[in-house]
Amino acid sequence: MMTTIRHHLSEQLLTAYAAGELPEAFNLVVATHVSLCDDCRARLETLDALGGALLETADATPMSEDSLAACLDRIDGLSQATSRSPMRRHGIFPAPLADYVGGGVNKVKWRNLGMGVKQAILPTGKDASARLLYIPGGQAVPDHGHRGLELTLVLQGAFRDETDRFGPGDIEIADEAMQHTPVAEHGEVCICLAATDAPLKFNAIIPRLAQPFLRI
Amino acid sequence: MMLDAHQTEKTDAPLVARQYAVAEHKVRSRKDGSAVQADGIETDWAALVLRVRDHQDRAAFAALFRHFAPRVKAFLMKSGADATLAEECAQDVMATLWQKAALFDPSRASVATWVFTIARNRRIDALRKARRPEPEDLPWGPEPEPDQAEALEVQQDTERLGVALAQLPEKQRALIERAFYGDLSHSEIAAETGLPLGTIKSRIRLALERLRQQMS
Repeated sequence: MMTTIRHHLSEQLLTAYAAGELPEAFNLVVATHVSLCDDCRARLETLDALGGALLETADATPMSEDSLAACLDRIDGLSQATSRSPMRRHGIFPAPLADYVGGGVNKVKWRNLGMGVKQAILPTGKDASARLLYIPGGQAVPDHGHRGLELTLVLQGAFRDETDRFGPGDIEIADEAMQHTPVAEHGEVCICLAATDAPLKFNAIIPRLAQPFLRI
Repeated sequence: MMLDAHQTEKTDAPLVARQYAVAEHKVRSRKDGSAVQADGIETDWAALVLRVRDHQDRAAFAALFRHFAPRVKAFLMKSGADATLAEECAQDVMATLWQKAALFDPSRASVATWVFTIARNRRIDALRKARRPEPEDLPWGPEPEPDQAEALEVQQDTERLGVALAQLPEKQRALIERAFYGDLSHSEIAAETGLPLGTIKSRIRLALERLRQQMS
């Protein structure tokens, strides 16, 4: 899968993630894509290194006099970690996503949207929303608001729109100016993780009917 | 900050090889006359973290605290924390360093980079109260005895980056800082800084490729 990813995270998104400035739902999509994409992982770690160099070369603000003594007291008896917390991938879900779902695809609490299309909204902070989408071949990917920034990451199968084909690991970054109609390819069911900073708009209406309504 | 996945490499100025264990004390001056220290030039911070890890060495911890706590405090204040909160959080960050010393891998990141990521995560908790899921952990290190040549490369990368940052015109440097300290509207401005980001990305990319080969 590593070598076939063609659609990557933008510089802006990676920088904002490295800086810790993204809403939780976007953080989840970025972390999930990076888990699948060594190119973006290398770019992200480079930005972390830039953050480190900024920290190192920036002016320092003196700590109060007793702060070191207080910190030494505090670490007394603090246990030291010996291993990383076990975050595991579950099937097509990389670890950060599996963590939100509580397991793999079989743990997802899907809601039918009609025409075989399903979605599951994931619990994130309210400033942006994340959801999993389940789209049988030939069906349109439901629009998820499209009034702000919208990220769609393919986990299984593929979809196409006017711009290109998006397969496993690929991420489509769309803004409100973009008019597109993504449709799942025939074959394997397409499963995507999507996030948008627009308010939740989409409800249990047949996607095809809802789309013109929502001006895709 | 051009860091596109397909960017052509920049040639970086050659750097005189330096011993990993001990490095001379060196303070350079910025244009405004203030002293600036680049990571690793004056002390081998990685060796100190390993002493904290292996011997619970409080003197090593104190040296790390004196250097990094004031920088973390400054970083947090630039991100909008008041002095009291920034000081508290800087203490938390240093206590985390103590607790997680065993997870630090000097062949993957410099201490400054590692501290930056801890400080960033603390800032997200304290100021944004948002979750930031992390990418899936890869099954590498830290090795009990890190590869010295690799660790040296990582150190040199960060040093070069620190030197390049300090040499940037103040205005350009400020833009990069703002991208990292929470002013997203400026994140795209810093293109073509001449920072040696391509080198760092290539090194990480190679390390990832080696790891993938070992895994398969």
